[in-house]
Amino acid sequence: MIDTGTLWIVIIGLGIGSYTLRFAFLGIVGDRPMPAWLLRHLRYTAVAMLPALVAPQVVWPAATDGQADLPRMSAALVTLVVGLLTKNVLAAIFSGAATLFGMLWLFAL
Amino acid sequence: MPSTTPKTRTRASAYWKGFADGAPFLLVVIPFAMLFGVLATEAGLNVLETLSFSAVVFAGAAQFTALQLMQENAPTVIVLASALAVNLRVAMYSASLTPWIGAAPLWQRAIAAYFTVDQSYACSVVQFENEPQMTVPQRMAYFTGVLSPIVPFWYASSILGALVGTQVPDSWALDFALPITFLALVAPMLRTAAHVIAALVAIITSLLTAAVPYSLGLMIAGTLGMMAGAQAEVLLERRKLRHD
Repeated sequence: MIDTGTLWIVIIGLGIGSYTLRFAFLGIVGDRPMPAWLLRHLRYTAVAMLPALVAPQVVWPAATDGQADLPRMSAALVTLVVGLLTKNVLAAIFSGAATLFGMLWLFAL
Repeated sequence: MPSTTPKTRTRASAYWKGFADGAPFLLVVIPFAMLFGVLATEAGLNVLETLSFSAVVFAGAAQFTALQLMQENAPTVIVLASALAVNLRVAMYSASLTPWIGAAPLWQRAIAAYFTVDQSYACSVVQFENEPQMTVPQRMAYFTGVLSPIVPFWYASSILGALVGTQVPDSWALDFALPITFLALVAPMLRTAAHVIAALVAIITSLLTAAVPYSLGLMIAGTLGMMAGAQAEVLLERRKLRHD
């Protein structure tokens, strides 16, 4: 169980931290120019952080106690391929979800 | 530059365009927020704590990360650092929105900062680039429009998830809503070789460092991925210059 004191420190700390991240550029930097090297790194934040976050969950899902799982791996692959081909976020999500549920259903038969 | 888009957009029409563009994301936001409520309840949080978490932090991925690490009894500093690392991308969103809405009054930018999330950012940047003739108040109206359907359901679904809690059967496989959503958001962003290199380096590093405690592997993987992307961009531009 999570300690109540720790929980509130995290909620408030994370609230302030997240807000600062969002306000830093929009509020404080405003129209002032940023160094080119920083902008160059920031351009790749999303494409680096998000796949790094989900990769272990795709390969070793917690729901299967870390056992590699064909429906989840297939769903991840379909989501990625449909997203790459269509550039459409919702189409990618629905294809991935359909693959996941379809294969889980097949495997349960 | 010729444009086929209507020149006569008003603040109201900008708002409703945003509303229409944001509404489909409910299909993602509702299960995502519910999942947070469910997992928070399983971790021992009550409804008030769960709602406060969602309202104060307002960043799904960071919330999941913090929750996971707290359950592993990670030191508070590590919880905060890892969750903020996961959320570093919003700093980039903020930087990227600045040229478009940086001229808005400070109080509006202060509110927009809180609401800078994947959906509002992704929709807004596409819209602002498609209709560069939009005025700053129209852009703010559009941004507000995208969020209008999403925000109430973000809060409400967190509460709903906390209330139904462990009643959600495992067969719904809600655990995989997060990976699917993130992969779907990332795939269209892989526009250049540098983006693909950044993602590949980050994925390989995160798998190799998966055993590193407290998700520190994520910070290593993310940093190396960003450096690889930035470096690849420089090299590719240099090669292009040489060929030209």
